[in-house]
Amino acid sequence: MTNILEVRNVVKQYGDYTALNSVSLSVPKGSIYGLLGPNGAGKTSLIRIINQITYPDSGEVVLDGEKLGPKHIGHIGYLPEERGLYKSMKVGDQCLYLAQLKGLSHAEAKQQLEYWFDRLEIKGWWNKKIQELSKGMAQKIQFVVTVLHKPKLLIFDEPFSGFDPVNANIIKDEILALKKQGATIIFSTHRMESVEELCDDIALIHKSNKLIEGKLIDVKRAHRTQNFEVGIVTDNVEGLMYDLTQQFMVSQADFKSLNDELKLSIQIGDARPNELLSLLTNRGQVTHFVEKIPSVNDIFIRTVTEKVEV
Amino acid sequence: MSALTLIIKREFIAKVRNKSFIVMTFLSPLIFAGIALLIGYLGSLKADQKTIAIHDETGLFFHDFKADDEHRFADYSQTDVKTLQDSVGGHAYEGVLVIPKAASNAELQQSIVYYSDEDPGIMFMENIEDVIARRLTKDNYLKSGLDSLKIQQANADVSIKLKKSSGEDSIKGINWLKITLGGLFGYLIMMFIIIYGNMVMRSVIEEKTNRIIEIIISSVKPFQLMMGKIIGTSLAGVLQFSIWAIIGLVIMAVATSLFGVDMPSAQASTQAMAMAENSGTIQVLIREAGNLPIITMIVSFIIFFVGGYFLYSSLYAAIGAAVDNETDSQQFLLPIMLPLILGVYIGFFTVINDPHGGVATTFSFIPLTSPIVMLMRIPFGVPWWQIVLSMAILFATFLGVVWFAAKIYRIGILMYGKKPTWKEMFKWMRYSN
Repeated sequence: MTNILEVRNVVKQYGDYTALNSVSLSVPKGSIYGLLGPNGAGKTSLIRIINQITYPDSGEVVLDGEKLGPKHIGHIGYLPEERGLYKSMKVGDQCLYLAQLKGLSHAEAKQQLEYWFDRLEIKGWWNKKIQELSKGMAQKIQFVVTVLHKPKLLIFDEPFSGFDPVNANIIKDEILALKKQGATIIFSTHRMESVEELCDDIALIHKSNKLIEGKLIDVKRAHRTQNFEVGIVTDNVEGLMYDLTQQFMVSQADFKSLNDELKLSIQIGDARPNELLSLLTNRGQVTHFVEKIPSVNDIFIRTVTEKVEV
Repeated sequence: MSALTLIIKREFIAKVRNKSFIVMTFLSPLIFAGIALLIGYLGSLKADQKTIAIHDETGLFFHDFKADDEHRFADYSQTDVKTLQDSVGGHAYEGVLVIPKAASNAELQQSIVYYSDEDPGIMFMENIEDVIARRLTKDNYLKSGLDSLKIQQANADVSIKLKKSSGEDSIKGINWLKITLGGLFGYLIMMFIIIYGNMVMRSVIEEKTNRIIEIIISSVKPFQLMMGKIIGTSLAGVLQFSIWAIIGLVIMAVATSLFGVDMPSAQASTQAMAMAENSGTIQVLIREAGNLPIITMIVSFIIFFVGGYFLYSSLYAAIGAAVDNETDSQQFLLPIMLPLILGVYIGFFTVINDPHGGVATTFSFIPLTSPIVMLMRIPFGVPWWQIVLSMAILFATFLGVVWFAAKIYRIGILMYGKKPTWKEMFKWMRYSN
């Protein structure tokens, strides 16, 4: 699969402060790409460079095989974290204006706008002013403004903040629908559960450096701990524990279950899961056996804190 | 449509549709007219006529005092001075002028007293002194055997005629016309810069507080946005000024024909007219007005207006971008207001006295004051190379300032929550894009 966006060795400094220290990223076409990192990591600086709001001190950005330039503005849709609209301007006029700034003709903009207003069931808002709308309603308009010009690359910075769960779900479905239509989505957020749910690829930026990048599944594989959670019902606890501790690292585990059983967390190291499983089946009734997959949240916290310790 | 045109259009419509803009457009001429009418009305009111008691022991002077709108004179020569003094300030009279008998005129002129508890007006006192002095002078002539008629004939009356080197007649009143025209142009530029520069600044702050700014500059360059804003606002300003001018003219025409009130704003030119009439040469005034460099004035007005407005409003835009709210903008606005005010002061105090002197000439080259000062000098005739040089300096500075302002602007619009200092703003200059 080709990459729609390549960021190559981008450096950005503000005075003496380095916001991006030679960061490189590859965003595959048609993916949902999670850009993660603590506050102040450099995410916004990077996103602003991709949007040509600022320019890198060195390094380059390539969009769809071409060096990023003014003609690409219409190919990118951007929903900033700090977002808002003109309060006293009518919703319809405002959307038309912003779409035309992205290069759409008046007629195209109007047609697209009608499509989206219809789709999100907000037709009646055309002549309302933003100040008459609730925050959630304004966020919907903001979403429409972002996607109106059918961009190839969409960048959402914390897209779900400010939405109630119902509207957040509508927006999530719309994002998935856009992906289906071929758009690529870069997704910057702190909400790890939405990353798990939506993202195909992730990158972790911390203190101006990229620490991790790759397919979500590959990243998880790289961070697997060979830890298994085990539930077992046995008469001979001591014998079982003796056998287990001979070969593995064993500790108490805590998970929800309907049985009254022994709950263990077992680090199998280089051994294969079957070795553990056969040992267990010899000793009792296995009620629970699952590999503990690290969550993005775990990976995020572990990587960031490790880095701090180093 | 290009992005710049779109921005100009939006800014223009946003300004023009704004309620306070509409209200101000139609209300302020009415307020001005109202104030003008009020001043005219108050001016036409007659003050109460005051009575002044004259105690004239010589019997020489009483008939020389002529009553006018403000004062009339009553003969109290038969009443005792002490009694008169006691009832000063009562309803009969406001003050008592006591002219005692004296051995000589020299002694008399030192011994006249005016009793009053009110402070008499300067004009009033001068008038009284003048009346007495004239009578005494005449009397002195008589006593020394001089013929007062011959003296009057011997009095010389000098009136210097003004001519150009070409021999054409000129008149003194023309300077008033020049000052009025130059002052009007200069003042117009200052007002325009202050009103619409502030509007540009507020509009920048609005975009920042609305947080729409990041969406817009992901579509257009900050420089385009800034220029679009400045141009759009100035178009709204030109429209507003034109409406004011039209309404003002209509009101003036109506008021003059209905009430016959002289508008104070028209006073300066009326004064020039009056002076011209005094010299008896209204034709000269008209011909002189025709000789003014009208085309140069209008062309320079347009060029200096555009240059000055863009120079200042880009500074206003930069300030708007650097701050988070209007309150914080005050510390940065002062350095902008100072040269504007300075320009008008120099215009009205220095240019009038010495239009081509060192101070006036210098400040008509300094770009922050040149739009005002040079425009005030032009009616007095400025060599063309000076005008061109001043314009060149103005536009060179304008380019530099716009570059500087755009830099501050593009960094500032994305900075939130920090109240910047001058030092910090200079640090932004070093940032690359």
